[in-house]
Amino acid sequence: MSTSTKQLADLSATTLLRFATAGSVDDGKSTLVGRLLHDSKSVLTDQLEAVEAASLKRGQEAPDLALLTDGLRAEREQGITIDVAYRYFATARRRFILADTPGHVQYTRNMVTGASTADLAVVLVDARNGVIEQTRRHAAVAALLRVPHVVLAVNKMDLVAYEEKVFAAIAEEFTAYASELGVPEITAIPISALAGDNVVEPSANMDWYGGPTVLEHLETVPVSHDLTSCHARLPVQYVIRPQTAELPDYRGYAGQIAAGTFRVGEPVTVLPSGRTSTIAGIDLLGESVDVAWTPQSVTLLLNDDIDISRGDLIVPSGDAPPTTQDVEATVCHVADQPLTVGQRVLLKHTTRTVKAIVKEIPSRLTLDDLSQHPEPGQLVANDIGQVLVRTAEPLALDSYAHSRRTGSFLLIDPADGTTLAAGMAGESFATHKTLTAVADEEGWDF
Amino acid sequence: MTSAATVTEGVDSPYALSHLDALESEAVHIFREVAGEFERPVILFSGGKDSIVMLHLALKAFAPAAVPFSLLHVDTGHNFPEVLAYRDRVVAEHGLRLHVASVQEYIDAGKLRERPDGVRNPLQTLPLTEAIQQHRFDAVFGGGRRDEEKARAKERVFSLRDEFSQWDPRRQRPELWQLYNGRHAPGEHVRVFPLSNWTELDVWQYIAREDIDLPGIYFAHEREVFKRSGMWLTAGEWGGPKGSESVETRLVRYRTVGDMSCTGAVDSDATTLDAVITEIAASRLTERGATRADDKMSEAAMEDRKREGYF
Repeated sequence: MSTSTKQLADLSATTLLRFATAGSVDDGKSTLVGRLLHDSKSVLTDQLEAVEAASLKRGQEAPDLALLTDGLRAEREQGITIDVAYRYFATARRRFILADTPGHVQYTRNMVTGASTADLAVVLVDARNGVIEQTRRHAAVAALLRVPHVVLAVNKMDLVAYEEKVFAAIAEEFTAYASELGVPEITAIPISALAGDNVVEPSANMDWYGGPTVLEHLETVPVSHDLTSCHARLPVQYVIRPQTAELPDYRGYAGQIAAGTFRVGEPVTVLPSGRTSTIAGIDLLGESVDVAWTPQSVTLLLNDDIDISRGDLIVPSGDAPPTTQDVEATVCHVADQPLTVGQRVLLKHTTRTVKAIVKEIPSRLTLDDLSQHPEPGQLVANDIGQVLVRTAEPLALDSYAHSRRTGSFLLIDPADGTTLAAGMAGESFATHKTLTAVADEEGWDF
Repeated sequence: MTSAATVTEGVDSPYALSHLDALESEAVHIFREVAGEFERPVILFSGGKDSIVMLHLALKAFAPAAVPFSLLHVDTGHNFPEVLAYRDRVVAEHGLRLHVASVQEYIDAGKLRERPDGVRNPLQTLPLTEAIQQHRFDAVFGGGRRDEEKARAKERVFSLRDEFSQWDPRRQRPELWQLYNGRHAPGEHVRVFPLSNWTELDVWQYIAREDIDLPGIYFAHEREVFKRSGMWLTAGEWGGPKGSESVETRLVRYRTVGDMSCTGAVDSDATTLDAVITEIAASRLTERGATRADDKMSEAAMEDRKREGYF
């Protein structure tokens, strides 16, 4: 095998990892992202030249790597990151999609956006400051969104003399806090993004650390979950009916498998109608297969001609979620206009959009200390709270704890189409605590 | 197979999708969402590799039925003849409907004025946005990728445009999970980017894997070119060479296919897909940095054009 052919084989063998970064302003997030991109050779000459030229024009001597990631005019002018941006880089082992999310307190919604599709979140901490409020907020969002893997990157180890005990204390405090919130896997790594310690190359300054570098961990962390413990779900997106002379009777139910596996011959139930059939065939984009699994986009063929349309959910018979018109959920409010009790909204769940009304907002969560504020009346931008929503039609809704894909939904303003809130059905750590009335800094002063 | 699934999935798990399979599945999901939610979608089709991959994915997404979308090409009047021939061949082969918005017609009618530098890429915005309004398209698929350019890195998969086709990057909807919000008022439309998460290398690897036919100008060939602003441009009636610029014959290929007035060729001897992939993987220049003059105009050139309605 020639070198180039071998490289091609390596490139095609890779899997994809989606991850998000979170960190406060000045924790060195841009530097870490810059170093990951730079050291994995994902920054190309013309991009670096553009950054160097722009930095020079601003009177900066060294190239400002933040200019590499701040894509909007307003971001460059203000020197802050406003919005989530997606970055792409690759190593021989894996390809990465990085959701680069701003760290400002007021941008909780951006971290929620980034975390919603992430398999892993990197939470950055400044070794000199340790676990601060913002760190707890990031851990809470990662836990709430059920990001499967969390990396605690203790940065700026060079400024604390690379001392093991500094790292150990922070790692212990964070792990205890995040575990209590239900984060399933936490990996703590001492780094210096600026000096390059343990980001891509192992550090010569911290021989007491025996774990992986950030990149090594990103390359080897498992990407998919235990498929057999997942309830199989196929939201029907589109019914494929060629109605041609050769295929007059073909009816295929197209969709992306949201969870689990489907097999030919398996008995299935269609929700919310409850009609049943068996799988006659599975078409995997032109190839006939016996078994298919998440997140493959497929077309299912059934043995019976039953009424199925977009918005229906196909599930294995005997493993159906309950259908309900009363949705209890945790939501993160992502719009500038508030969400209020009594408000009429649209609820988009998988491929189904239904009318709904906000019946109750039992509590609002303060991420800093996880305290609950009862009956806030409304949620505003970046608030996280409990809601009870009544829908006009029954929904086959899983708990978000069981399925990120079929337990999540959007609340949409029917008037202008604005996405109001990101919803997660069922219980979360935010519902476990008993409600305690805490003085609200925004004026509960009675 | 059942027992294999009980272990935690690692990189080598039989259930882990390759990155190309994952990207393909995601793009197909996006095509089907649009088909399910919109009345009048259209695919922007230039005959370039990204739009060719988009069409290939759309064909797979709805097979064995036909693609439920028509195509729209914004013809700058300076397009490569090989690419126009390819466009017409593909349209005929798949029985598709093609709409053409012509920059030349706009210039001839006095609605657009030729720029002094002869670059026609920015002139595409008006014919495009008027075609969208005229045909009342409510979803417009574009082949834009977030890896192409830093303003595009901020683009949503479903991106709402107002009745003037404008993009306001500060007022974008957050994109959560795979729940795409396509709500729009009459007159507004949604730009949809199914290749958002693909890189240039992904596109080429996918073309190789799926054995997709491309216009010949993507592979090394001898061509009469001249140098302008550091790029090799094709000599021709569209406006070059001029003055001191001189023509020479070189072995070149194209990394992007756009308007002849601003799309540069790169020196290359890559005549096969494998050779192209090896070349891209080793290149130290981005696709746009190497071959697009219009992005070099200013630091925010793409953002400014996108705000006005460019794709």
